[in-house]
Amino acid sequence: MKFAVIVFPGSNCDYDAYYVIKHQLNVDVDFVWHQDSDLSDYDCIVIPGGFSYGDYLRAGAIARFSKIMNAIKSEADKGKAIVGICNGFQILVESGLLPGALITNNHTRFISRNISLKVFNNNSLFTNHYTSNEIINMPIAHKQGNYFADELLLKQLKDNNQIAFKYTDNPNGSCLDIAGIFNINKNILGMMPHPERASEQILGSKNGIKIFESIISSI
Amino acid sequence: MKAKIYINYKDGILDPEGLIVSKALQSIGIKGIKDLAIGKCVEMELDCSTKEEAIEIIETSCVKLLANPNTEIFNYQIIEE
Repeated sequence: MKFAVIVFPGSNCDYDAYYVIKHQLNVDVDFVWHQDSDLSDYDCIVIPGGFSYGDYLRAGAIARFSKIMNAIKSEADKGKAIVGICNGFQILVESGLLPGALITNNHTRFISRNISLKVFNNNSLFTNHYTSNEIINMPIAHKQGNYFADELLLKQLKDNNQIAFKYTDNPNGSCLDIAGIFNINKNILGMMPHPERASEQILGSKNGIKIFESIISSI
Repeated sequence: MKAKIYINYKDGILDPEGLIVSKALQSIGIKGIKDLAIGKCVEMELDCSTKEEAIEIIETSCVKLLANPNTEIFNYQIIEE
């Protein structure tokens, strides 16, 4: 079992993700630079949070054309587990690996605080250590986290059980209170909240570590 | 040849920046503004000889990177020198 944590210029949650995997869970993990092109050695790919390429143009818009994204796409097609957290979610949406868009929060401000989430689908390799409808706490820190999808796409997300997490108290205007979604095959998870920052009690919550534990026990 | 490309939110997509600026203009007493939208303007200097080539470059740039088709629309003007 080996994780890859992708590093873009401007990633800033890469070390947090690495720390949780390596030092909290004792699992192998490497940083992989955005100009690398091979991810075949890894079982799970983490696209961490941050401000890749300064969030110029739109959050995630430039990162999507990095060399490593070709490798991520081909591993995604093979069914490999991929998690995008915050900016990682924005990159997955911009690249078309996840549907919809992440637009500016409805109140226009950057939010950084702890929030509550409901586990909406615990039947996935990312969420099977949670119970159905479990309420969990973890931080959010974003300005472009307002999940947007048209009516047709929202219906598809509901019909295919692609909604992973919902906010209990919508902080940013997201459609259907969506905080995280899967692709249709459920091997890709994108979420705005930060599980890697909620994986140790000293940080106020251990609720996030179950995502990593779910992945490890599923692969 | 130069181009000015304008990228705006589609109808129905919240434009929070436009909303806040609109309220700010109201609050300083400027009347007569019905609606206001804030988008992006990209100025491009093109290295091509025909208008058709320019259109191709601009539209490919918009579709591939400059605009997000889920939430944004684009239009442009070409300035021939």
